[in-house]
Amino acid sequence: MSATNAVVIPSGPRAYGRRYWLFALPAALVVLLVILFPWIFTLFMSVHEWKVTGETPFVGLANYTKMLSDERFLGAVWRTLIFTVASVVAPLILGVWAAVCFSNTFKGRGLARTLFVLPMMATPVAISLVWTMMFHPQLGVLNYILTSVGLPPSTWVYDAATVIPTLVMVETWQWTPLVMLIVLGGIASLPTDPYEAAILDGANAWQMFRHITLPLVMPFVMVAAVIRIIDALKTFDTIYVITLGGPGSASETINILLYQTAFAYYDLGYGSAMVVVFFVLILLVSLLLLRTRQREDLR
Amino acid sequence: MIRRRQVLASTAVLAAPAILAKANAQSAFDWKQFKGQSIEVNYQLSPRGDLVRNHIKEFEELTGIKAGFEQIPEQQQRPKVAMEMATGHPGFDVVNVGMHVQKRLVESAKWMEDLRPFIADKSLTNPDFDMGDFSAPSMKVATGSDGKINVIPNNQDLFIVFYNKELLAEKGFKAPPKTYDEMYTMAKAMTDPAKGIAGFVGRGLKNANVVLFDNILLGFDQETVSADGKTLLTDTPAAIEAATWYQKIMKDCGPAGNIGFNWNECQTTFMQGRAAMWWDGIGFSAPLLDKTKSRIVEKVGFAPVPAGPKAHNCATFIEGIGIPANAKNKKAAWLFVQWITGKGMMNEQLRAGAGTPPRLSCYAREDIVKSSAFPKEWFETTGISLKLARSGLPVIVPVTEFRDTIGTGLTNIVGGADPATELKKATAAFQPVLDKSNAG
Repeated sequence: MSATNAVVIPSGPRAYGRRYWLFALPAALVVLLVILFPWIFTLFMSVHEWKVTGETPFVGLANYTKMLSDERFLGAVWRTLIFTVASVVAPLILGVWAAVCFSNTFKGRGLARTLFVLPMMATPVAISLVWTMMFHPQLGVLNYILTSVGLPPSTWVYDAATVIPTLVMVETWQWTPLVMLIVLGGIASLPTDPYEAAILDGANAWQMFRHITLPLVMPFVMVAAVIRIIDALKTFDTIYVITLGGPGSASETINILLYQTAFAYYDLGYGSAMVVVFFVLILLVSLLLLRTRQREDLR
Repeated sequence: MIRRRQVLASTAVLAAPAILAKANAQSAFDWKQFKGQSIEVNYQLSPRGDLVRNHIKEFEELTGIKAGFEQIPEQQQRPKVAMEMATGHPGFDVVNVGMHVQKRLVESAKWMEDLRPFIADKSLTNPDFDMGDFSAPSMKVATGSDGKINVIPNNQDLFIVFYNKELLAEKGFKAPPKTYDEMYTMAKAMTDPAKGIAGFVGRGLKNANVVLFDNILLGFDQETVSADGKTLLTDTPAAIEAATWYQKIMKDCGPAGNIGFNWNECQTTFMQGRAAMWWDGIGFSAPLLDKTKSRIVEKVGFAPVPAGPKAHNCATFIEGIGIPANAKNKKAAWLFVQWITGKGMMNEQLRAGAGTPPRLSCYAREDIVKSSAFPKEWFETTGISLKLARSGLPVIVPVTEFRDTIGTGLTNIVGGADPATELKKATAAFQPVLDKSNAG
């Protein structure tokens, strides 16, 4: 019986497994060319002074050390972190809250859910253009609404003090539905027994959420957090279209700065070094979160 | 009876048109000499690009050359062109270059084919293609220090003042401002926050604001970089004075949030009747006269920029059309360059409001003035501004970085920061970049 269930790897002329590498070769080549080669080449460029014209001398780690004293880069790192934290926390809180709401049965739930996820389906560039029009301090609809209800108008993305919160608002509007969908899936898979026991013990809705729902859906929240953090760190289209990193440098994140450095200033060496540092940053944050999640799972 | 002489005479009359046609064909330029060849044309997304797109079939019919056409927004076109040029194998035979930004890069990288041999070759160049017709500033930009003609100019944007006649009249102003002081006084008088009216609107956004500041500085008879391209002049007393005036008019007379305004926000504000005056490029004129977009079609006025305390200049920005040194079909590409920068298409560009041609003869055409959607005042403003034109951006390689660095300082100035401190800081930050660029 056990002999029939055992996996037998043929050897000799019938060793198909060893000859299947040919089938995997195209995929391996694609990975090599499309993912590995650009990375190796980016690393190569980052240790050279690489402009679009002239020589490309080897400069060692000069591009990396330059970052340590580059005020503009350090400012961009700081803004990236602030933008990321805000653009993750707000959608997570609102997304979990929306998921709890949508997990309950009520009339029109299907329609409400559909409407709620619409922002996520829109093209970021297109919605950014629409938001840009709405943010116009004199002609935008947002200030029209504010003034109509007696509130003072805002300068939205046209002021250094309000630009980051405004961009976070756009991110939150677009990506809260993603968090909601992930957490809603988690809530749907929860067992009903703990809730029945809690009701018998006289627990109220908040206590059930705090002590049953939240701990049980935490792995799903962590998945959503990892996705959101990586996405928020990488945000480019929304910021580029709405503010181009301005006013001044008030919304210039690492992504915007490295794009400018490489493709507007044509300093590909320094831009590549920023890409490498940025990649390492994303990798570290992702590993940290995954490790935290594993610990949660083990616990 | 028909005599022999009569027969000969009638034969000669019958044959005459054919002989004449043949003679004309021999003297006329042969547009079909590269029939069957293909070229690729790359343009920035602009009314000039639209003009090519709308007329490119005419070029194909005229020459028998198949022309592929690609139009990309300016911000993406520049890096794309730079990258393709750097590879040595550009995917286009004709390219539209913003020379006000990329002149020095084009020259130092030797990207473009020298067009002088094409111009000198009578078999390749139509005798009607009058090089002397191009304005002096445009040819100065198109030509390198070594005399090489890198591009043929196809547009010469000029900074002018757009004004709302109704708003001016409400405050008793009969004419647009003639001096900086007059402009500020008028703008201040017309500013009415309660009604949502700004006396003046202009660019405040980083990078975009530098061209406006540059034009203001020209009124102090100074440019932003020394003539040799080595020293920044952005923290001189004149620059600080210009920045202080810029701060004053933007802060006291501008709409809220103007530190984030690029030309499009300015245009929208002005088109909706929310600003009395707007200082920007003449290339933005057409939508102001479009009833589907503008509320001020009947009220819009055009005027040359006011005179500064020391000089009267308008900033000019020149685009050109060139052939990459590594293009595949250079001769066919030259026919395209000739066609699009020839008198016919330049006249059409002016008539259609697609831009301000650098060919001076266009402005002398009464038929164009009459058939154009633009009023006579627009043509008069253009004519005066062409005489006041002076380069609006420095001729250096890192122009974009210059605009970003100085532009950030200017944005801070509009936001209320001290002009001298900000300009000194921005100058100190950019000078090493300029030095490095000049060092090679």
